[in-house]
Amino acid sequence: MSARDSILARIRTVTAAIPAKVPLPDYDPAITHCLPRLEGDDLTAVFARNLGNVNGRAMRSAAEVARFLSDGGYRHGYCDPALHAVIGPDLAAAGLTVETTYDRGRYDDYQFGITRASGAIAESGTIILDDNQTSSRLAALSPWVHVAVLDAATIHRTIADALAALGDSPNVIWATGPSKTADVEGILIEGVHGPGEQIALIL
Amino acid sequence: MIGTQLIDDYARRISDEKQASVLDGASAGTEKRYQVLHRDYGDPDALRRLAGAIKDHTLQHLGDYLVQAEKALLARGVKVHFAATGDEAKETILGILRGHGVTRLTKSKSMAAEEIHLNPYLMENGIECLESDLGEFIIQLDNDVPSHIVKPIIHKNRREIAKTFRREGVADDYNDDPGTITRRARVFLRKKYMEAQACITGANFVCADSGRMLLVTNEGNSRFGMAPAPVHVALVGIEKLVPRERDLAVFLNLLGRSATAQQLTVYTEFINGPRAPGQPDGPEHMHVVFMDNGRTDVLASNCREILRCIRCGACQNVCPIYRQASGHAYRTTYGGPIGAVLSPLLFGDRFPELADLPKASTLCGACNEVCPVNIPIPDLLLRLRDKAKREGIHSPAAIPMSPFATLATSPSLWRTAMTMSNAMNHLPVEVAPVKPLQDWLGQRTLPPFRGGQFRKWFKNRDRS
Repeated sequence: MSARDSILARIRTVTAAIPAKVPLPDYDPAITHCLPRLEGDDLTAVFARNLGNVNGRAMRSAAEVARFLSDGGYRHGYCDPALHAVIGPDLAAAGLTVETTYDRGRYDDYQFGITRASGAIAESGTIILDDNQTSSRLAALSPWVHVAVLDAATIHRTIADALAALGDSPNVIWATGPSKTADVEGILIEGVHGPGEQIALIL
Repeated sequence: MIGTQLIDDYARRISDEKQASVLDGASAGTEKRYQVLHRDYGDPDALRRLAGAIKDHTLQHLGDYLVQAEKALLARGVKVHFAATGDEAKETILGILRGHGVTRLTKSKSMAAEEIHLNPYLMENGIECLESDLGEFIIQLDNDVPSHIVKPIIHKNRREIAKTFRREGVADDYNDDPGTITRRARVFLRKKYMEAQACITGANFVCADSGRMLLVTNEGNSRFGMAPAPVHVALVGIEKLVPRERDLAVFLNLLGRSATAQQLTVYTEFINGPRAPGQPDGPEHMHVVFMDNGRTDVLASNCREILRCIRCGACQNVCPIYRQASGHAYRTTYGGPIGAVLSPLLFGDRFPELADLPKASTLCGACNEVCPVNIPIPDLLLRLRDKAKREGIHSPAAIPMSPFATLATSPSLWRTAMTMSNAMNHLPVEVAPVKPLQDWLGQRTLPPFRGGQFRKWFKNRDRS
């Protein structure tokens, strides 16, 4: 018998002997909603507030992003080719240079990465990156600053809503704030393997 | 034989430095984790009970859900493997890696992989296997083992880490600033990600309805490891299933808060097969290895609730024994209350040797109170103590109860003993009549004995 069949056979024998079985619970997803975090009518404002709670930054214009990058000394980065037309002029005006192809061999050359978010979650300040809609996973990960460009209409209210809308993409990632660790003596450090600055540019 | 339990011996030998690290690390944030759950939910216990019920249901119908998940994974182009034992899992993974010509890889944190000692096995077989979670990376450099589920290096302080980095060439000089340590690991590891030919991960959840697998990390290490690697191998314990994607709203909300007081862990990755055509990043090949390795034995036991565990580490943080003894004292991959139940069952052939672990508890119930899936850990500990007793495994620390039984069943002996016991208050421990009692008293301070008054009072009660 294969390992598969013997494991399944064992499981079936064992579970058949369990007397009182629990039915699959049916429940209202509202039980999972975090009401204090959801206060407010404007989803964009709720999202921005909760992103701030996890040390991310919400910005409303390409010029604001360009200014932040320029002030922080982040001079060169990657920009999704589809977004370049929209954001490129503001970046150029601030003296920033971008590439629209991510070259893995030069991963350290990108100080910022601008990629498209497929959505967001207001409840948790989460940015959603979907493989079907991103030009590069690495460009959102290796630079110190990640700017996710977000259409305000794609913001989900709750985590439960976002789960219901996962779709059939082979890869979706939710990023809730910058990369972080507290492995060394419990001290919070941001920017471990991924970005130390997580920005959402809401358009 | 009378002596102390293994875990007591270990706790006594632990250095002050290590004990301070563990105590501080485990205590820190406990209050915050509790507050976050109670601030965010009016009735967090309802959510915990729901999570427990979903997991119980899944485990009771595990065969159906496993087949359903397998079918969904296959439909998404994932290769699915099964391994009955840890050895089988290791051989399967080695076979997969050799099939793809892999000689170097990165690995994100996986308790299942720790449990079967996957790293050393792959290294012995000529595959460079680098841990990418910061804590696990440091553990690997030190040739150590993790001592906490979520905080693997809870037993180390920054000075030890800085020394390790210098010794192992991760850094040229000694610097124990946590920010600098993190930055150095960042620089060192990203080069390795780019060179790796495969990425090994565990899984936090697998949804039976869609086959979607979840990985959560705060650092982004598994995301980075998988982005450039052409091959992804996930080692998954068969208990990791949840019935539906919608159930993740329950589990994700509980996991982040219980583990680290976060609403959500920073990176929550939903993997549903190899990368899409035309996507530049992500593995072209994806393998899932479902591992039993004792889990069906646990399922067959009267402690099967322990398989609900989602590995948040909350029970370790609040456990007074864990805080004093450290995770290593539990002598298996899983320390603390979860380990005290899981380890003796999962590693069933070592049960006699691990039978002291269920006794390493005050039964205070803190572990159950914080458990996101509401596992009745104190009850399970009692069931395991009973199992040990039934199997004739004697704890070296147990005080023989037969003298007490003799005393308690003879009124005249009892009366004499009560009278004499009052005299014991004035005697030093060394003259205790029984050696085991002496040992026992040597480690404890008792209040003065004040027994023997009841009979006197009862007899005279009408006169007063």
